[in-house]
Amino acid sequence: MIKNINVALIGNPNTGKTSVFNALTGLNQKVGNYPGITVEKKQGSCRLDRITKARILDLPGTYSLNASSMDESVVVELLLNKNDPDFPDVAVVVTDVENLKRNLLLFTQIKDLEIPTVLVINMSDQMQRKGIKIDIEKLEEKLITSVVLVSTRQNSGVEKLKQILIDYRSISTLPILDPTTIDQDYFENLGKAFPNQSLYKLWLVITQDVNFTKLERQKVPDSTQFKTQSQSYLKKLQQRETIKRYQSINQILKETYRVNREEATDLRSKLDNLLIHKFWGYVIFFMILLIIFQAIFDWSSVPMDFIDSSFARMSEWIKTQMPAGILTDLIAEGVVSGLGGIVIFIPQIAFLFLFISILEETGYMSRVVFLMDRGLRKFGLSGKSVVPLISGTACAIPAVMATRNIENWKERLITILVVPFTTCSARLPVYMILISLVIPNDRLLGINYQGLTLMGLYLIGFLMAIVSASILNRLLKSPNKSYFVVEMPNYKLPLLKNVAITVWEKTRSFVVEAGKIILAISILLWFMASFGPGEKFSNAEQIITQQYSNEALNDLELENKIASFKLENSYIGILGKTIEPIILPLGYDWKIGIALISSFAAREVFVGTLATIYSVERDAEETIKTRMAGETRSDGSRLFNLPTGISLMLFYAFAMQCMSTLAIVKKETNSWKWPGIQLFSMTIIAYLSALMAYQILK
Amino acid sequence: MFPLDQLAIGQKAIIESIETDFLPLKLIEMGCLPGNEISLLHLAPFRDPLYLKIDEAHLAIRKDVARYIMVKPLMDD
Ligand SMILES: Nc1nc2c(ncn2[C@@H]2O[C@H](COP(=O)(O)OP(=O)(O)OP(=O)(O)O)[C@@H](O)[C@H]2O)c(=O)[nH]1
Ligand SMILES: [Mg+2]
Repeated sequence: MIKNINVALIGNPNTGKTSVFNALTGLNQKVGNYPGITVEKKQGSCRLDRITKARILDLPGTYSLNASSMDESVVVELLLNKNDPDFPDVAVVVTDVENLKRNLLLFTQIKDLEIPTVLVINMSDQMQRKGIKIDIEKLEEKLITSVVLVSTRQNSGVEKLKQILIDYRSISTLPILDPTTIDQDYFENLGKAFPNQSLYKLWLVITQDVNFTKLERQKVPDSTQFKTQSQSYLKKLQQRETIKRYQSINQILKETYRVNREEATDLRSKLDNLLIHKFWGYVIFFMILLIIFQAIFDWSSVPMDFIDSSFARMSEWIKTQMPAGILTDLIAEGVVSGLGGIVIFIPQIAFLFLFISILEETGYMSRVVFLMDRGLRKFGLSGKSVVPLISGTACAIPAVMATRNIENWKERLITILVVPFTTCSARLPVYMILISLVIPNDRLLGINYQGLTLMGLYLIGFLMAIVSASILNRLLKSPNKSYFVVEMPNYKLPLLKNVAITVWEKTRSFVVEAGKIILAISILLWFMASFGPGEKFSNAEQIITQQYSNEALNDLELENKIASFKLENSYIGILGKTIEPIILPLGYDWKIGIALISSFAAREVFVGTLATIYSVERDAEETIKTRMAGETRSDGSRLFNLPTGISLMLFYAFAMQCMSTLAIVKKETNSWKWPGIQLFSMTIIAYLSALMAYQILK
Repeated sequence: MFPLDQLAIGQKAIIESIETDFLPLKLIEMGCLPGNEISLLHLAPFRDPLYLKIDEAHLAIRKDVARYIMVKPLMDD
């Protein structure tokens, strides 16, 4: 019989939880230097001995159980819910030997939940250099638990930790702090009302709502009478609790912890002087941004072109290899092109996260937060919105997920709501083809109009994000005050392995998260384009062959005509026709309407859909362009003229056309309200600006 | 004794008192308690946010919060 135990790794940000997790499970996972890197809980398993298997849970970094951000609330929600399948049999609190005092605050809180709690003092390799000495035995006695010195760098102490975990039942669950010393009356009453329960646990459930409200939680049977106390009174008690804890920690450390202080903060102050300089700091940040954008747009175009043509060839190959029929069509046109639509973004996403993770690993990102906070706050954003806003230029999905460490709910919400305005890479193929169609490839004073337009579109997206942020800042009521506290970590050289793992993790999760939806939608689109109601659709071949029987069309031309006619009468074609009256004022016809509808799932589908509509080969961009350029209105004028082109570009710049983003916003805000508002208002903005552009320019 | 946001860059001080009603709990949890040593390392433009060293922690906070921390500067020695 194998015995399974649940082990949770808990600790302050950056103490090495993920590194310990890796050491235990051998499963690699993200390791970073920007506080709050682990945004989702990660699980792995570890065989402790012949009969014991541990399920290890790596939790996000938290400073205390009084959660003030989503990251932190994940930890509290778990520890308060005994019925959670992940509820730990034993908690391992990972601490940094250099910051033991601060780290022990969290340790004492978890210990007081009366869960067996092991203390891991990590980074023990630093002890010698920093002149730190610890009396482990005495510490074990004072903290009433087992203490292990670990260094994941040198792989020491991990075996000992495993031994302790096997024997976790022998760890005392005695609490450290007696809550009645915080406020005798309050806690004695609480104890009388709910006998046989951990006082600290009760207290924690009562106070969780004070800081942060999210997620449903275990109900405390009628805790209302204990909430009748004013919020500020509860907060005072929380502060008193913290002070009490620090008092006893100080007392304990006085007897067990010695440090020989010779400040070695030289590197920090030198680099800080440059990197957060009032002038050069911004110049350097701007240069770094330029390099990132250069990488996203220039360097990644080579692999992207390669991926694009490979998928087109694969689709062709399938068509020739498999027996002709509906299944082949589905695979070749629905599945493969859907997959291609996801894979194409991998180079840009990988490049972006390569840079972001290097900046985070080195500790630079916290400096950017420091530099940008004041400027962004004017618009209701936070310094911590910088990472999401930069990420948004590759893809809104990782960007929305990167908002999790913004403690202030309002600032976080505004960031989530405006991030889709930044120009993500899915808009790029749309912009490219429209620009090449309607903007002359001329230069003025050496500046290329087409390049200028593209830059303008990026700017307009960013400006719209800022403008709507400041509007939202006025409209939204803030439920709590700002809790902006950013830790400034030491500068470190990035570990190549960590960076590689980050890039892999992020890219993989993008492919999986966005992939599911894009794939499903492309298959759905394929169905809607391949089937239609009524005679016209099913008899398309007959009708067209008859219609053109007098003209000398070769097979290919005839085939193309049939495909076009089928599309016009397919479900999606009918849909396009239905919305034509609405989009006519924007300068679009029903064919563009089809492309609009299909790209509500994902923008990049635009070009592919137009290719199908104009019945040309998907990969032959020149041909699509020529066909689009030759497309006329009923009065014989060009369809893709400047007014329509600009109107379309604006529509794509502002419209919320990405199901995957809506899904992730729902997940992150825990309601359909916000993605709903996003979809509605962004579409209105897009429609109105496209309408204005067309009506003025035409 | 004066509010933290009036401290000069590089100056060390002792935290005298904190206005607990306005200070985020997290800051207290990170060591911002009366009696601890505090120094101002850097300021962003408009003196906001402030980059501090409190006890052993390096952290940045906003000016609107810094006002609620009263400090007494240490004499240079
Ligand atoms: N010197 C030394 N550095 C370590 C050790 N363990 C981890 N680190 C470094 O500490 C940093 C943080 O490690 P992580 O494992 O990401 O820490 P974490 O607690 O998971 O961080 P969050 O998930 O952000 O809360 C990384 O730069 C590691 O390389 C160790 O034993 N010794
Ligand atoms: Mg981690």
